[in-house]
This record gives sequence, structure tokens and C-alpha cells, in this order.
Amino acid sequence: MYLTKEEEQILNGEAGETLRKAIEILVALGDIYGADGLIPIKSAQIAGVSYKTIGDAGLEWISDLEGQVKVPSILNPAGMDLEDWERLRISPEFAEKQKAIIQAYKKLGISCECTCTPYNLEGFSAGYGDHLAWSESSAISYANSVIGARTNREGGPSALSAALLGKTANYGLHLDENRVPEVSISVECSLKESDYGALGYVAGKIIGSRIPIFHLKDTPEKDELKALGAAMAASGAVALYHVEGVSPEACRMGFEEPEEKIIIERSQLDEVYESRERAGKEPELITIGCPHCSAAELKKAAELLKGKTVSKETWIFTSRELAKRYPDHIRTIEESGAKVVCDTCMVVSPATNRYSCVMVNSGKAFAYVPGMCGAESVYGNMEACIEEATGGKRKKVGGSY
Amino acid sequence: MVPIKLKGRTISRGCAEGEVLLSRDPISFLGSVDPKTGIVVEEKHSLAGKSIKGKVLVFPHGKGSTVGSYVMYQLKKNEAGPIAIINLETEPIVAVGAIISEIPLVDMLEKNPYEYLNDGDIVLVNGSEGYIELIKPKGGKTE
Repeated sequence: MYLTKEEEQILNGEAGETLRKAIEILVALGDIYGADGLIPIKSAQIAGVSYKTIGDAGLEWISDLEGQVKVPSILNPAGMDLEDWERLRISPEFAEKQKAIIQAYKKLGISCECTCTPYNLEGFSAGYGDHLAWSESSAISYANSVIGARTNREGGPSALSAALLGKTANYGLHLDENRVPEVSISVECSLKESDYGALGYVAGKIIGSRIPIFHLKDTPEKDELKALGAAMAASGAVALYHVEGVSPEACRMGFEEPEEKIIIERSQLDEVYESRERAGKEPELITIGCPHCSAAELKKAAELLKGKTVSKETWIFTSRELAKRYPDHIRTIEESGAKVVCDTCMVVSPATNRYSCVMVNSGKAFAYVPGMCGAESVYGNMEACIEEATGGKRKKVGGSY
Repeated sequence: MVPIKLKGRTISRGCAEGEVLLSRDPISFLGSVDPKTGIVVEEKHSLAGKSIKGKVLVFPHGKGSTVGSYVMYQLKKNEAGPIAIINLETEPIVAVGAIISEIPLVDMLEKNPYEYLNDGDIVLVNGSEGYIELIKPKGGKTE
């Protein structure tokens, strides 16, 4: 792998121990994957934030680092709402460790916005062809597929190394030849909203880590693409997908149709929804916002909850920035008794582990909740989730309906 | 005796000498190794019940969660980690874990380490220059 004179000096420790280790990580990964050199990145998104996932070992490592990141950098969701952690009954011990992790990142100049949807933040935009070092799987999928930016699936330490150097090794999805579709997926039925999460859940299991190109009957919205990609990155390891006539690279590059062709039918998606009937238990917790709710999704949740009262614990996850931007939606949601929670999600927060059955409208959460939280997961669209949460009851206004 | 020196690829820099422990199975540091003691706790693992502490650990490659990198760091902090690592072919979890933990690591040796190394051999791993050297076979004398 070719290094500039300056990069060689960093590798020799002339810029300090933190940068020496950071470049050693990038060079090792570059050598493993056959990179020709390092390339500048526009931004970094760093995983390894929740104390639930990285533990004391991760906290120690981050605390030992010094210096400042060279490009705009933000974090993956943490294990709790950083401002109001008591509301989801997070233990004080966990909260203390979680705060220490955030502080350690902050010291390195990283913005402590903890979200899996960095592309929805002001000033954190990524554009077509931009090189990035992102590490939350759904954000990676969105950046590569919906934006047409370029990022590998970075681990926590490699994303942090890239942030500290402002560079990453040039391999994998940074290169044109590794972004070509390998398998064709045709969906023969019409799709809407949570259907895309169900499709992603089904397709990810079939695709594994390959690159698919979808042929769909409808033109999906951005939130629908977000749900599709998030689910495929969870049930499979898909970091990039194309949608014929929709996603930017499919439109510009005109890919050849791959030899392997798979057809997905309505009945396969229905099986995901049937998890509700199959479940051995009633859902005790309703969660929406995996990945974090967009403005449109917050608006829809607010409309569905307006004037109603939840009878089951209901959590709606979004980024702190969006929650601040839409106080009216937040107020409407909270008036129903549902909780708007920032900085975290149902998958990475230990709060979910207290429940035995969780209802979700996300293919990603549907895939992860059983393994990560030890709870059964059942699937429904946002309407069904709100229906389950409110028991179909309307709040009495002025003593009558 | 002709000293055995095998060239390989640098993954993690640094230099260390110690006793070989061979694992036929891949290792997931998250879940398979107790970070406090360095004892392999994964049942049915070829190293089950053995300690990797202070050893030159030879294994094919890593597996499992990316959190394994941080577990390697914790092992090092607890002085319960391997002193050096030799892999057939390193994957990113172990590569990153070795670098952040300052454990020298060489992979892709010019010859199969499983044919040249035995448990208890004393081996030098030079991660900076990318080679390993058999210093003393088990039970043998230093030349």
C-alpha cells in the first residue's frame, strides 16, 4: 500500500501515539483488503457507543486516545437518552458508564449527536460520490444506496481512526468495480411503508453480503428505502443495494442485469406480518423509530396518536436534532402517554431487555430484538403499532367521544 | 539445527517472544475468552479450559462480533492476553484488536505454521518486520 511521506511519518509515531495507532489500523485493513493507498473522507460516523455493546473495554480504549478528529464526526445511538435517561428506568450505574463514553468521544472533538440517521441532520450532508467512513449498518446502506456516497462497513475503531486522520483506506465499496449488482430481485406485488422493512427482512436472508438490484412496481419514498436497507443490513449483511429507475447509481450507471434472479412474492412478506398471530405472548412494549424517525414519520405518528391515550408502554425514537426541530409533533405524541426518546433505540438500549414481547414496524428491529434484547418481536405497520398501543381507545375530550 | 525463520505479512507492529499455543479452531474473543483470566470458555473449542495468557497464540483467523476487538484490549489491560499472535489469514476484528492492544501480529507466513510449530515451542514474533523465528523447540536446547 502506497503511503505519502507525511503518512509514513505518522506511522513512525512522529505525530503521536494516537495517530500512530489510527494509521496502523487503516494500513492493516488496507493491506488485508488490497487498498492502493489512503483517500480523504468527508465525514465519519462512529459505532461502539452503547455501554451495552462495548463495555468497560471499549470505554477504556476510547478514554486513552488523544487529539482531535479532522472531519465532521458523529456517533451511533447510545444505550440511553442522554438527557432523560431515568424515564426508561436505566440504572444509575449504566448511565454513569454511558456518560463517560460520551465524554471520551467529546474530548476528541466528536459531535455527541447519537443517531443512525446522520443524513437527516443539518450540516452533515453527504453527496453523490463522496467518500465516508460510517459504521452504523443502516446509515452505511442509506449512504451507499440512496445517496450514492461511498463507505465500507467500518467497525468502531476503524471509523474513529478514519475520523482522527480524515482518511480511509481505498478498498471495497470505495471502488467502482465493487459496486456492481450481483443478484437481481423482482418483487411482483405493490409495496407501501412497512412492506419495505418486511421485504428487507426477507431479502437480506437470501442475499447475505452480496449487492442486489431490485425491480419494484412502485417508486419508493426515501423513508421506505431507509427501512428496506436497514432490514437487509440486519437480516443479512447488505451494505449497498440498487433499485432500478430509483437509486442514483442504477440511474446513472445502467448496470447489466445479474445472472442470478430471485422473485419475492407477497406471501413471503405476509409471513413477517403473521408474527403477530404466531407470537406466544401479547406485545408489552410498542416501539417505532428504527432507524430513527424522520420528520415525515414523526408527523405521521403524531397524527395517529392525536387525541388518543396509550395503554401499553410506547417508545418513539428519533434524533435529538429532529425532536428539537418539531416540538409540536413531540408534544402531540407525548400527550398520548407515548414517550419520544432521543440518542438511543430499542436495540442498543438495555431498557428493552425488561420486556418479553416487543411490537415493531421495523425489519431491522424485528431481526435484532430477539438476539440483542432477549424478547420476542412481532411486526406490524405504524397504524397497527399505534392501534396495539392505544387498544383502539380514543381519549375522551370534554367527557365524551 | 538450522534456525527456522518464516516471512509473513505485518498486521500489528511490535516484537515479542514466548511459548506457542496452537488453536485449530478460529477464535471469537467476544464470548469465547474470559477477559479477566484469558481462559477459553467456549465449550467444544480446541482450547477449551486453556489459558491464552502470555502465549504466542496461533489460530487460523477470528470470527464473531466486532466487539471482539475491544475484548482483546481488555485482555491486554488485565495482563491476560496473548503476548503475540500468528494467524493463517487475519480478518479485521482481530487485526484491529491486536493493533489497539499493541499485540504483535503476523499472518500469511510463507509456510504453514501448523506444520512448523508445536505447543510449547519458544517463538519470536516480529510484527514490525513481518517474520517469525523459532528460537527453541519444546524440550530442545538453545543453539
